[in-house]
Amino acid sequence: MNLAEQLPVLPVIIPLVAAPITLLLPQGRAPHLWATLISWLTFAACIFLVSAVSDAGVISYHLGGWVPPLGIEYRIDLANALVLALVSGIASVVFAFAYRSVRVEVDPRQSTFFYCAMLICLTGLLGVTITGDAFNVFVFLEISSLSTYALIAMGANRDRRALTAAFNYLVMGTIGATFFVIGIGLLYQATGTLNMADLHDRLAGQSNRMVEAGFAFIVVGIGLKLAMFPLHLWLPNAYTYAPSAVSAFIAATATKVAVYVLIRFFYSVFGFDFGFVAFAFTYVLLPLGLAGMFIASLVALFQDDVKRMLAYSSVAQIGYMLLGLSFATVEGLTASLVHILNHALMKGALFMAVACVVFRTGSHSLQAFAGLAKRMPVTTWAFILSGLSLIGVPLTVGFISKWYLLTAAFAAGHGYAAFLIVASSLIALVYIGRVAEMMLLREAPSEGPYAIPIKEAPLSMLIPMWVLVAANIYFGVRTDLTGDLATRAAEALMLVAGGAP
Amino acid sequence: MERAILRVTTKILFGPIILYALYVQFHGDYGPGGGFQAGIIFAVAFILHAFCFGLDQTRKALPQRALIVAMVIGLLFYAGTGVATMLLGGNLLAYDVIVPGSTHYAGQHYGILLVEWGVGVTVASTMLTIFYHFTGREPDIDQEDW
Repeated sequence: MNLAEQLPVLPVIIPLVAAPITLLLPQGRAPHLWATLISWLTFAACIFLVSAVSDAGVISYHLGGWVPPLGIEYRIDLANALVLALVSGIASVVFAFAYRSVRVEVDPRQSTFFYCAMLICLTGLLGVTITGDAFNVFVFLEISSLSTYALIAMGANRDRRALTAAFNYLVMGTIGATFFVIGIGLLYQATGTLNMADLHDRLAGQSNRMVEAGFAFIVVGIGLKLAMFPLHLWLPNAYTYAPSAVSAFIAATATKVAVYVLIRFFYSVFGFDFGFVAFAFTYVLLPLGLAGMFIASLVALFQDDVKRMLAYSSVAQIGYMLLGLSFATVEGLTASLVHILNHALMKGALFMAVACVVFRTGSHSLQAFAGLAKRMPVTTWAFILSGLSLIGVPLTVGFISKWYLLTAAFAAGHGYAAFLIVASSLIALVYIGRVAEMMLLREAPSEGPYAIPIKEAPLSMLIPMWVLVAANIYFGVRTDLTGDLATRAAEALMLVAGGAP
Repeated sequence: MERAILRVTTKILFGPIILYALYVQFHGDYGPGGGFQAGIIFAVAFILHAFCFGLDQTRKALPQRALIVAMVIGLLFYAGTGVATMLLGGNLLAYDVIVPGSTHYAGQHYGILLVEWGVGVTVASTMLTIFYHFTGREPDIDQEDW
């Protein structure tokens, strides 16, 4: 076996083979250690892949030796290499973090199934990102979604509402997936191919009802999966009632991968020749992105449940990503890609901090955070630092995202959007501030359900959490790493899409 | 002797159903059929058994734990074939390397046979697991207490 040649398929095949083996392991520590080891191996493979792509430009891998467009192709360029590294990186941190949190939140008899589902979810997310075949995207999207439904439902051990949350997500997610596959079907009917690069060639110059309908189905279907504002209704409950480690994992990865799919379809499959793309940018993504930024942020302001607050904040942050990519410029696309990476880092860290609080207090209501600064200082500061990153304070990754987004907005002639970006960041300041005030300034409750002596969270949770917090600072200072790669990725995408619309 | 006709019919049908499942399984790479259909037919034999003799008897014959192991083995059969072709120097699932130099694409035949076998085992055990869980579920609230 030539490892360098087989490298592109490893990120998918390692967790896929490892997932069923998890079921054969004995209960207890073993499934967790196995899943963590596998996530680290996958991360290593993805890092090698990023450096290989950075040198070679585009890597194409033919499954089964069948040459595309007949066979399934894995096609890795910088844009999806970055998302691959992100997803596997977050997995390697969250899987290491999960053990103690999962032991108290998930039924112990389900622990092997839990880690099996986590690995399958990881497989699906990496598969969606890596593939260059439109139908393969649908298959992997369903693999990741189905395992996510099961993972969210496992929160029922702590709160039965997880079951309805998972069922809601199942209904909405399935509608999204069905719309997506109808869209793919229409494109297939119009072109006779499923390979993305081939689709792009054959769609050039085609502008008939069938392709237009296919485009609309795909945008709405993916819009449901990525929780684009008004289609986000499944997300708050799903994130709130899922086991905390699952919330941290899917909040940092699942919606990001869906945003990537949207970028891929807009830029690499349809391209700017197709008239509807410019229309969708101006009349769908831009207004919905802006509306999501504000309405979801405002809703987050009034939540008394910290996990639900962070979930609404995620919907708002997706607004920023949609805004960036709707500018249809290299700067805008760069901002969008950078924010995909950065938002994963901050939301992952925030949800992990909440997981630590849930581990000690057994609740994620705002009341449970009162006076935590004295009792759980390490967790408190992790939350506050990643919260600052979410707001966009200099020296954190949030600032970098906002900076790219502001420059892109001015360059694209949407000066008002720049103003709105700053305004919605101020709302983020208020809702993070509410939690910070609760933790720093309030006294610990002397009576009621939270008046229990609380220790700091165990090291096995603190270390992975602080790895992500440190990443928030590190990539906030070393902006050349993510910024340069994202710019090069955006330029390559723009080249395929064919200049300005 | 209670429900003698049902019991005798089930016993007569059980073997041919399994045989038919295996026919669909191994016929799959040349004609209609394959692992998915065969797996369902295979599971149907056991579901018929459960209908006639009760779930407890079927569970004794084919315990839940065995089904989980079968699921894993089926999936590993599929993935293992892919990994084996990688180890033999081809791409993932490039079956030709299984029998190199064959003029009749023998590798393709062996490859699809192995993969379909994995699919069949996984589908059959998954169907039965779903059946066990739905029929074996104790209601949270007793019918009388509604």
